[in-house]
Amino acid sequence: MSDGELRTFPQWVICEHCDSVYQRVDLQNGQVARCERCLAVLYRASRLDVERWLALTIAAGIMFLIANLCPLVRISLQGLHNEATLWQSAAALAQGPVALIALPAALSIIVVPFLQIVLLGWILLFARNKKRAPGFAPAMRMLGMLRPWSMVEVCMLGILVAIIKLSSFLEVAPGPGIWAMASLMILITLIANRDVHWLWALVDEDTQLAEHKA
Amino acid sequence: MSLPPRASQLQVMACHACGLVLEDRFAGHGRCPRCAASLHRRRPNSIARAWALLIAGMIFYIPANLLPVMYTSLLGSGSDSTILQGVVEFWHGGSYGIALVIFVASVAVPCSKFLILGLLLLTVQRRSTWARRERARLYRLVEVVGYWSMLDVLVVAIVAALVKFQALSDIEPRSGILFFGMVVILTMLSAMQFDPRLIWDSEET
Repeated sequence: MSDGELRTFPQWVICEHCDSVYQRVDLQNGQVARCERCLAVLYRASRLDVERWLALTIAAGIMFLIANLCPLVRISLQGLHNEATLWQSAAALAQGPVALIALPAALSIIVVPFLQIVLLGWILLFARNKKRAPGFAPAMRMLGMLRPWSMVEVCMLGILVAIIKLSSFLEVAPGPGIWAMASLMILITLIANRDVHWLWALVDEDTQLAEHKA
Repeated sequence: MSLPPRASQLQVMACHACGLVLEDRFAGHGRCPRCAASLHRRRPNSIARAWALLIAGMIFYIPANLLPVMYTSLLGSGSDSTILQGVVEFWHGGSYGIALVIFVASVAVPCSKFLILGLLLLTVQRRSTWARRERARLYRLVEVVGYWSMLDVLVVAIVAALVKFQALSDIEPRSGILFFGMVVILTMLSAMQFDPRLIWDSEET
């Protein structure tokens, strides 16, 4: 047995959920490839080209900034006012013996969405010119790792529940941050919950082509 | 109906990080040529790790429910409340929808995660061939629904950040919320450690 390069099969796809092997076929817009054995989604047709994907990522970045800088909710009680931003909400957990929980809270609503936007923007910026971004492989792996920990939509529901909870004994008004948060929720779902495997293929082929020419 | 071949029959495997299909020669000690992730046929020690995290989550779920998650003071009178008291409060206040949302996120979701992951782990250990497709679907359900349980933690964070009027009114987080957050994280990690491909490995023997 030779110790040489591993043979690879880029035209094949293996179901992550049951290990069934398939030939990759091109899909029409809106089509979904499903595994025959376990019915999990193998991959989807991507409706977004790189340009639009990047544009939405930049939009998500702007919404992220607004959502972090502006207060989400304002309250008033007997002439006293107060408001809270995302960061203050996470920091509010950092009190006394429960302080540890502030860490995952801050990660899931601030740090992880931030990293998702930055890493994806970085990758797409280069993918636009059919290039592999510096640090492409670790960035792609990190995106995959971050995905389950991004909780913008849970946070949005949390804000709504908090508003209803407090409105029983004080006056509550939505702040500008809440609209940014709602937009961010939609944008991050559009950009991050996407099949990124084809990016590997796209950039891969191009580097292989470039190597052939050289 | 003939099903497609499985990776082991063709002596290939997929990289868990980038999905590249490659020859199954170096599993356990090789690296993916495309993304440099380490290669393995199944998540290593999947069952033992998933059990450990799941059991830790179940243990933490007890203090998460018994201890108060929040302290509320209004005009001098303060009180602690647990997760279930919060649900009951909403229900009595007439906000049935919100009561239901919190109940689902903090009680129904974690409890069904315990049951489903426990069931998946037990059946996989017995190499059961029972209802494989349905079990595969249950696993995907756990993956999709799991993180919504973080809802209660974030609600406490937001109200505690807002209500800070010293003597007039104040809301503070209490230790229950730490345990509850740990339950959510531990069960998410447990679901990530579980390898759904094990469900289908029973068909090979």
